Amino acid sequence: MAKSLFEEKLNSGKFIVTAEVGPQKGVDCSEMIHHIKLLKDKVDALNVTDHQSSVMRFPSLGGCLLVKELGGEPILQVTCRDRNRLALEADLLLAYSRGICNVLCLTGDSVDVGDHKEAKPVFDLDSVQLLRMIRTLESGKDMGGNDLKGAPQFCIGASVHPAADRIEPQLVKFEKKVAAGAQFFQTQGIYELDSLRRFMQYASQFDVKILAGIIVMASARMAQYMNENVPGVIVPQSVIDELASAEKGKGLQKGIEIAVRTIKAIKEQNLCHGVHIMAVGRESVVPEIIEAAGL
Amino acid sequence: MIVAEQKPLEEIQRMIAPYEKVLILGCGTCMTVCGAGGEREVSFLHSALRLAQARTGSNTHQFSEYTVKRQCDPEFMALIADRAREVDAILSLGCGIGVQVAAEHFPDTPVLPGVNTSFMGTITELGVWDERCAACGDCRLAETAGICPITRCTKGILNGPCAGTKNGKCEANKDIDCAWILIYERLERLGQLEKMRRYYPPRNFRTIPRPRRLVNLVKADMEEGNG
Repeated sequence: MAKSLFEEKLNSGKFIVTAEVGPQKGVDCSEMIHHIKLLKDKVDALNVTDHQSSVMRFPSLGGCLLVKELGGEPILQVTCRDRNRLALEADLLLAYSRGICNVLCLTGDSVDVGDHKEAKPVFDLDSVQLLRMIRTLESGKDMGGNDLKGAPQFCIGASVHPAADRIEPQLVKFEKKVAAGAQFFQTQGIYELDSLRRFMQYASQFDVKILAGIIVMASARMAQYMNENVPGVIVPQSVIDELASAEKGKGLQKGIEIAVRTIKAIKEQNLCHGVHIMAVGRESVVPEIIEAAGL
Repeated sequence: MIVAEQKPLEEIQRMIAPYEKVLILGCGTCMTVCGAGGEREVSFLHSALRLAQARTGSNTHQFSEYTVKRQCDPEFMALIADRAREVDAILSLGCGIGVQVAAEHFPDTPVLPGVNTSFMGTITELGVWDERCAACGDCRLAETAGICPITRCTKGILNGPCAGTKNGKCEANKDIDCAWILIYERLERLGQLEKMRRYYPPRNFRTIPRPRRLVNLVKADMEEGNG
């Protein structure tokens, strides 16, 4: 039996569509709720980010509870930056008990890129160890080797960076994630298809689902800023130039156009198993992208 | 070696404010090499403090100076017992270990830190020191081609690079090399990439709880007549 609705979809062979919502800084959840309502029925699952870019926000677990309450299928993003193994295990037990059964396992951005630069970076585990820890919990044991009263069952995933400038070390880690039990991968942003194609030629030997990450850009300036400041983002100059060619005030439209074009190409060429759309604060444009891409 | 940097003069002035007679105590080992608290720095600091005092027209402090070979070694503390008795406080330019050894040795004398102890490292170019060892108590350098991911990766992760590495640099600091790219390249050069493909389990932090103690069993055995 599938561990979650999302796992069932992953195994169905259909082209998968996921998107993400980023919780706000503060307790006013109205905008996040609006985004969840807007997206929940248009995607196969909805990620909730975990203090993205090391900026303190309402927690991923809280956002996932809202997705669940509103009838959506959440993917809990878990990073190793802020919690040691006890806290991570406990959060996962809570998640499962509330029907949150999909987890994206990430190491987490460095504290230095965020808004609490003096915080203690934890990194008691890394992403590979986190994946294994979840499989351990499923076996009925915690990391200390103690018995659990009731074991959780999760559909687990991880990230991979097909466009990394040094791909070989990333592939070594990708294989460790596969061996650790990752079932699906949501990639870092994909802007040109060659790197994705090369990556898929290699990755297709593994029994995992690859969802290509699509970051929606709103302007050339945003792309440049992300290139310089957001870990893992590498926007090619050709894309920046294309964004810059947009008429004044039409940057986001151009960004949507690029996203739609990329998704269509991925689907038509059957490059991978689906897409993960990251609108980074502009979640309201995701339905338009999904529709225009014919998903 | 241990690397440190001298505290700002204003902070030192605030620390010594309550004390009349102050011994500025240097260290002849690591602090001399890294230029934070050797004989030369003791002398410079002495002059700077005297000059600052003269500028304000006050005559609050009387300074003396001395540099021992190693402040971290209690043996050398015995040599300055007389000097320590004559002062109201010791301003130590030793590392954090030196400060504490002095404090343990002179229970009635306040000992103040004149440097911020930074890390264990090496000189990589003139005037540049880089951290190399985190004293984790569980050395894995054999598996990582002699490059320490615990020290040199900002996240200290064990199973390969995160996705934040760009142009071989770290996402936390674009001037710092990504440790995992260095490890990968060196393992490749040594024909040992299989070491990177292995899974490394989470660290055992039981080697860390502070304070740590190391008993040299060989020496202890000898003292008991079993060696």
